[in-house]
Amino acid sequence: MVQDNKLNLQEHLLDISNLHVQYKTDDATVYALNGFNLQVRRGEKIGLVGETGAGKTTMALSVLRLLPEKIGKVTAGSILYGNDNLLEQNEAFMLGLRGRRISMIFQDPMTSLNPIVSVGNQIMEVLDLHAPQMSQHEKNERVDRILSMVGIPPSRKEEFPYQFSGGMKQRIVIAMALIAEPELLLADEPTTALDVTMQAQILDMMSRLKQQFNTAVVLITHDLGVVAEFCDRVAVVYAGKVVEQGTVEQVFARVRNHPYTVGLLNCIPDLESTAARLVPIPGQMADPTQLPAGCAFADRCIHCMDICRQEAPKMYEQDGHCILCHLFKERED
Amino acid sequence: MYLIKYSLKRLLMLIPVILGITLILYFVMSLAPGNPAVQILGANASDEQIAALEIEMGLDQPIIVQYIHYIMRAVRLDFGTSWINGSDVLATFLAKLPNTLMVALVATLWAIGLGIPMGIYSAVRQYSLLDYGSMVVAMLLFSLPAFWLGILSQILFCVVLRWLPATGIGGWQHLVLPALILGANTLAAMIRMSRTSMLDVLKQDYIRTARAKGASKSRAVLKHAVGNSLIPVITQIGISFAGCIGGAVVTETVFTIPGIGAMLINAVKARDIPVVMGSVIFIAIIVGVINLIVDLICAKVDPRIDLAA
Repeated sequence: MVQDNKLNLQEHLLDISNLHVQYKTDDATVYALNGFNLQVRRGEKIGLVGETGAGKTTMALSVLRLLPEKIGKVTAGSILYGNDNLLEQNEAFMLGLRGRRISMIFQDPMTSLNPIVSVGNQIMEVLDLHAPQMSQHEKNERVDRILSMVGIPPSRKEEFPYQFSGGMKQRIVIAMALIAEPELLLADEPTTALDVTMQAQILDMMSRLKQQFNTAVVLITHDLGVVAEFCDRVAVVYAGKVVEQGTVEQVFARVRNHPYTVGLLNCIPDLESTAARLVPIPGQMADPTQLPAGCAFADRCIHCMDICRQEAPKMYEQDGHCILCHLFKERED
Repeated sequence: MYLIKYSLKRLLMLIPVILGITLILYFVMSLAPGNPAVQILGANASDEQIAALEIEMGLDQPIIVQYIHYIMRAVRLDFGTSWINGSDVLATFLAKLPNTLMVALVATLWAIGLGIPMGIYSAVRQYSLLDYGSMVVAMLLFSLPAFWLGILSQILFCVVLRWLPATGIGGWQHLVLPALILGANTLAAMIRMSRTSMLDVLKQDYIRTARAKGASKSRAVLKHAVGNSLIPVITQIGISFAGCIGGAVVTETVFTIPGIGAMLINAVKARDIPVVMGSVIFIAIIVGVINLIVDLICAKVDPRIDLAA
């Protein structure tokens, strides 16, 4: 299996392996990522699902090397982007990468834009940074084109963020992220702060833009419905690890799932079901400052066995559908 | 166009403010013990002389009538003459104003020029040696009273080292110490305000957005953080500058500068009501205009402020 991975390396745009990230504060050390593995292929749409605090955003910030200074630290692992390990690159390399080859959309559109710079200038800054040789005329044209693409009249580019609604601001942020036609887009809950109709519009737009630029998208969300609609593959994150990974069909088929994924799937309301209540996952997410020796989900798992508390589970794989759980290891034996 | 309209509106709003200030001040000054007529004529004056002067000065009339008379004259820009030396109040004030404005301006400028970069740098390098250093400086300058600092600096620079003149006006050398002392408080305010504001801005999401776009840390600070962090600082500059004109009372006394601060304090001591009233009105107008300028600058920096509304 390890050899397989090596062979596939060429087609992987992003290959995160065994990534460990800690946040050190005066009070405690938070183990945000604990052996995080994720591969993203060119042009692929992959959904990253998990609760708040599971480490989804930390993963994205690690890729861009924008973890909070002094507090956040990568302690182990590698992030291969093409053939470069991003963790070993200098700042100049990262400056050329951010916004040009990898861009990121942040969760809250209301605060993601600088309130005192016109939106046109904020979008154009990406070109100023990454295409300094481009003429002012061409830059203006590019900004106009991307604005109309996201459905904002280019005539409004002189306006300031406060003059736009939340949905429009998010579209401006997306325009900013896509103007340099990046290879990879990290979208951190791009629709969470928006209402449902706006959410559909934004996802639709991202799909169209993705097709146009063949950008790979990592969609971070906690909404499985969004994933089913938008993504090719799903990675379920729990306590800083990908506990299940597979195509949307494999995961949503509900044939073989990690118990945590089962819990998440049970939380989706079903129009045809007669059940009066949804089934929530019992308990709280494992305290990231004191992770257990075995499986981090053990305390909340209805299938919990003795081995789960002693030993971290190994990856079970079938047709590229990976599950990190002792349950399947046992059945395989 | 709306700028002119807005400015006019703001200046009109100064009128009730000035009426309020003068009303209170006039009554307080009138209620103070002692008779101005006696004070002017001296203890040896006869009762007839005093009564005659009282009638001449209008002191025999009720205070409210005196006040209305005063305001009626003030509207025609007649602020009267000093009871002590008979000089025209407006002319004297205008003659002394440049001395005060010069010191206040230099004090504010050096405090801004040094304080804002110090505050911003402290925030960007939080918990560095420079950060701790500037915090200590700010705390000291905030706590040390101006008259004490003034006297000590006179002893050091004028008496011991003999680098600078101790008192009076003249060349730039005369300006150095008063401006330094007067600006000390402003400097402390600038350091603290710009540091706090910058720390707050650096945590904002749009700074992270700028970094994610590929902006270097220094570019993110200079292009995205500084402008935003200066908005509350600009307001503080206005307050501090107004404070410098009021604070001139202390520095002008210590350094014997013939400015409006010294003029006002002498007039209060001598119960020279026309001079006190006139000076206070002019200072109120100056402060009002400064506040207006500050608000216009804020509106220029922050597009969210809509003056037309």
